[in-house]
Amino acid sequence: MTQDNRIAGGQIDRSRSLRFTFDGLPYLGHPGDTLASALLANGVRLMGRSFKYHRPRGPIAAGSEEPNALVELRSGARREPNTRATTVEVFDGLEAQSQNRWPSLRFDALSVNDRLSPFFAAGFYYKTFMWPAAFWEKVYEPLIRRAAGLGSLSVQEDPDACDKGFLHCDLLIIGAGPAGLAAALTAGRSGARVILADEDFRMGGRLNAETHAIGGQSGADWAAQSVAELAQMGGVRLLPRTTVLGAYDHGIYSAVERVSDHLAEPLPGKPRQTLWRIYSRRAILCGGAIERPIAFENNDRPGILLAGALRAYANRWGVAVGQRAAVFTNNDDGLRTAHDLAAKGVEIAAVIDTRPDGPRLADMPHFQGAEVIGSAGRLGLSSITLREASGRVQTIRCDALGVSGGWNPNLGLTSHQRGRPLWDERLAAFVPGPDGPPGLSVAGAAGGHMSTHAALQTGTGRAVQALSDLGFAAVAPEVPRAEDAPVSITPIWYVPHGKGRAWIDPQNDVTVKDIKLAHQENFRAVEHLKRYTTLGMATDQGKTGNVLGLAIMAGLTGQSIPQTGTTVFRPPHTPVALAALAGRSTGKAFRPTRLTPSHRWATEQGAVFVEVGLWLRTQWLPRPGETTWRQSVDREVLATRQSVGICDVTTLGKIDIQGTDAGIFLDRVYANTFSTLAVGKVRYGLMLREDGIVFDDGTTARMAEHEYVMTTTTANAVGVFRHLEFCRQCLWPDLDVQIISTTEAWAQYSVAGPNARRLLEKIVDQDISDAAFPYMACGAITVCGGLRARLFRISFSGELAYEIAVPTRYGDAMIRALVAAGQEFGAVVYGTEALGVMRVEKGHVAGNELNGQSTALNMGLGKMVSRKKDAIGMVLSARDGLVAEDGLRLVGVRPVDPAQPLTAGSHFLAQGAPATAAHDDGWLTSVVYSPNLGHAIALGYLRNGSARIGERLRAVNLLAGTDTPVEIVSPHFIDPEGSRLRA
Amino acid sequence: MIIPHPLLGPRDAQEFVYLGDASLIDRPDGLAADAADRFHDYLYLRDNPAGLHRELWYHEQGDRSWLVVTRNTLTHEITQVELARDVARARGRGR
Repeated sequence: MTQDNRIAGGQIDRSRSLRFTFDGLPYLGHPGDTLASALLANGVRLMGRSFKYHRPRGPIAAGSEEPNALVELRSGARREPNTRATTVEVFDGLEAQSQNRWPSLRFDALSVNDRLSPFFAAGFYYKTFMWPAAFWEKVYEPLIRRAAGLGSLSVQEDPDACDKGFLHCDLLIIGAGPAGLAAALTAGRSGARVILADEDFRMGGRLNAETHAIGGQSGADWAAQSVAELAQMGGVRLLPRTTVLGAYDHGIYSAVERVSDHLAEPLPGKPRQTLWRIYSRRAILCGGAIERPIAFENNDRPGILLAGALRAYANRWGVAVGQRAAVFTNNDDGLRTAHDLAAKGVEIAAVIDTRPDGPRLADMPHFQGAEVIGSAGRLGLSSITLREASGRVQTIRCDALGVSGGWNPNLGLTSHQRGRPLWDERLAAFVPGPDGPPGLSVAGAAGGHMSTHAALQTGTGRAVQALSDLGFAAVAPEVPRAEDAPVSITPIWYVPHGKGRAWIDPQNDVTVKDIKLAHQENFRAVEHLKRYTTLGMATDQGKTGNVLGLAIMAGLTGQSIPQTGTTVFRPPHTPVALAALAGRSTGKAFRPTRLTPSHRWATEQGAVFVEVGLWLRTQWLPRPGETTWRQSVDREVLATRQSVGICDVTTLGKIDIQGTDAGIFLDRVYANTFSTLAVGKVRYGLMLREDGIVFDDGTTARMAEHEYVMTTTTANAVGVFRHLEFCRQCLWPDLDVQIISTTEAWAQYSVAGPNARRLLEKIVDQDISDAAFPYMACGAITVCGGLRARLFRISFSGELAYEIAVPTRYGDAMIRALVAAGQEFGAVVYGTEALGVMRVEKGHVAGNELNGQSTALNMGLGKMVSRKKDAIGMVLSARDGLVAEDGLRLVGVRPVDPAQPLTAGSHFLAQGAPATAAHDDGWLTSVVYSPNLGHAIALGYLRNGSARIGERLRAVNLLAGTDTPVEIVSPHFIDPEGSRLRA
Repeated sequence: MIIPHPLLGPRDAQEFVYLGDASLIDRPDGLAADAADRFHDYLYLRDNPAGLHRELWYHEQGDRSWLVVTRNTLTHEITQVELARDVARARGRGR
């Protein structure tokens, strides 16, 4: 292919050619080209198919507002769907494919949808595909998804990474057109820290697309010179290829920088994109304006563009979209397109101006008071039909048409905090209202100041104002002479003619007819209109079409446009890849992983790990010959109960509590009493929420008169600490109590089983005989000949057990020392599964029972709630609803037939009772297989459970389809007297 | 949002955990005769103002201060930030 449509001029580097492919065919472009400009230069106008009707489509715009020219880029794992050809920079080797077509772009079988369009009008999916209901998920939706859609994902892991970053500045300037550059120059020269962000790869905005002069030079040259000056300023950071996505509270903006999208792949060590969080003291929106079309019948053919885009392709990229061009406008700006194209030697077939009294262009066929009423050309424009002021209709051959219905200020960011745009009659457009984000001002066309001169002037002025707010002595530079034409427009939204469709939102295939249908069916409020027709809900968010739809609805209802309203813009300003939002937080890096002190040892031993919150804990440790997890877990349980087992319990929260009021403090945060606990002793504590529900449990040890060590559950470690800080700072600010989390400071191991003491005696330097260190004792000790450590004689398993803590850096050495010392006893290391089995055998509650709905009474621990002191949750734990005599109580459960398994979550039902909620008697919370008893056992909450020991019920699980006869027993399956603990 | 921490200066709201209405500071006496009624009101009755709201934020990724932030719920403008400990003392809380 040759670049037949390439004409003189433009800001492309013709000394270099770049090879790229589109749908497999090779083309050439130049540095400075977008994919759209290069394809147009090669005579390719057809770039995509529309969403619903599969209509042939080409670009209508030359920027990020483009609704039609969506393509897939690259191949393999780097394939990226739905990129806008109008913003994609051509690079050597770029592969692009059209999407939403089959088998090919030129022949798309699904364009049959276009013939069936009467069935696909607005809201069709609310009316059709309704029967049979089961078909929706299985048949209709997959079919529709395949037929109507955008590009497809590679479904492979992304080989590239995105980054997140933080930037700070005095002044953020969004957009580097004339207003933005003028603002940046003013601010930069004053010494302020400035960030200038622009979504384009070439700063300058419309200056690059127009022929206006600034001072004595071309606008593009002025822009390039200004950018060069800014690049030299130390306080100015230029962010090209960067879209500001959202305006958030307190001057925070999000922006995505496309660091490597213009390269085949990122340079080594560079991210694909960076999501910036920009903290600004002031910001100026200089986002320019976006042109809107005029709707007419069949206005969506490739070759029909916005007039400003048509001349941008000519001026900036040296591309004539067609050999014979026409212009359709209702305003003076559209006439510029005819003028510029003619100056470039493009034949102007016709200028159709809806205004009878606009300025008259000499030397070209100019139809005033005329309208375009139709177009022809199957895969691209070949002619238009116009109706002259006299009513005469004629067809004019042309292969490009520029349409201008006026310009909408690009004000999206001003309404990100619910600011409402105002209607400006003079511009026939919405302009930013006064209630935009605090600290954000608007300059240039984004603020309705449409001329180049006004852009320079307001850019300078807003910068001076912002700088003076911040205390900088800013000097307003003299604004150079520039184009200052007033806006002259007579609004017209669509050409009412014929029965065909006139497109408003080409990406979602919303036509004037759809607006009329929405009106007819009373979806007239702007938010209803949007949702019923899907107007503006496509990836372009209706940047070109929304105002048309609104204006047409206003015409139908007889209301004014401001009365009809506007849809509020929300972030992101343009589509953003989820990868950019995720940044490096993907895969294993999605969140931090906390490793236990025994992790390295456990890894060497081939342990199986389980995620517990952020922690990775040993779940069980398979030994050679074990083929199922149960074999490993049963062995770990039996060995522990018969001899001794070791378990890493570091993950439990540890909170050091010190101060002369530490005991009082604990009395208030625990339901039971701790101020009376003797030094050197440990007590089990139950912590309630203020509403009386159990919050957490654990043991707290009194290490010294004014020093306690609290343990929390693994899951609640952070929450309990936060709660204690709340109590300490907000409720009792004058208590002398200090707290600090020491969870990560101590490596802690449980050593449990009849041989636990004999094992530890080989490690601990002090006497730990039962007399010297009885059940529930605690204290500072030394191990291995002098290392400081802590020992607690507490038991979760029900065996003679200790927890031993050493500074974390000795955790790895300690697990190895414990295992070595345990060898002669056949010690095992057990994981969380065996831990769970043994606690259920012992009847201890854990997470399944502490489920955020249970009270101390439910757990059989009601007597622990002291009524003699004021503690968190004490008052409301006595609420009527929580103290019913026949409420849920913790019970033990065993299958009547020991061979039968139990299923957690099964509900208790009486014999013969129907399996309905009305007959529900409670449920099984925790189920394990007890290798000591040789059958399944469970804990559960049973209505009036304490009085029902010995009863036979059914455990019914409708999901699993099980109905198992069970016997209610005491929750203490092993050693109910507790003699092993005290051995 | 940015919260101007009274000790640490402006900090991003992401460093904080939100709790709710600052009236949670005014915990009733659990041993009072009408404690049940007062705890009911304390725990379950809240104003939900469209405008200025005093609320508790915890600087979890920071210095662990509980703060009372006065924030306009309509605009997110923050007009005052105090240490919750000081507010609690000013409301008569001590030991």
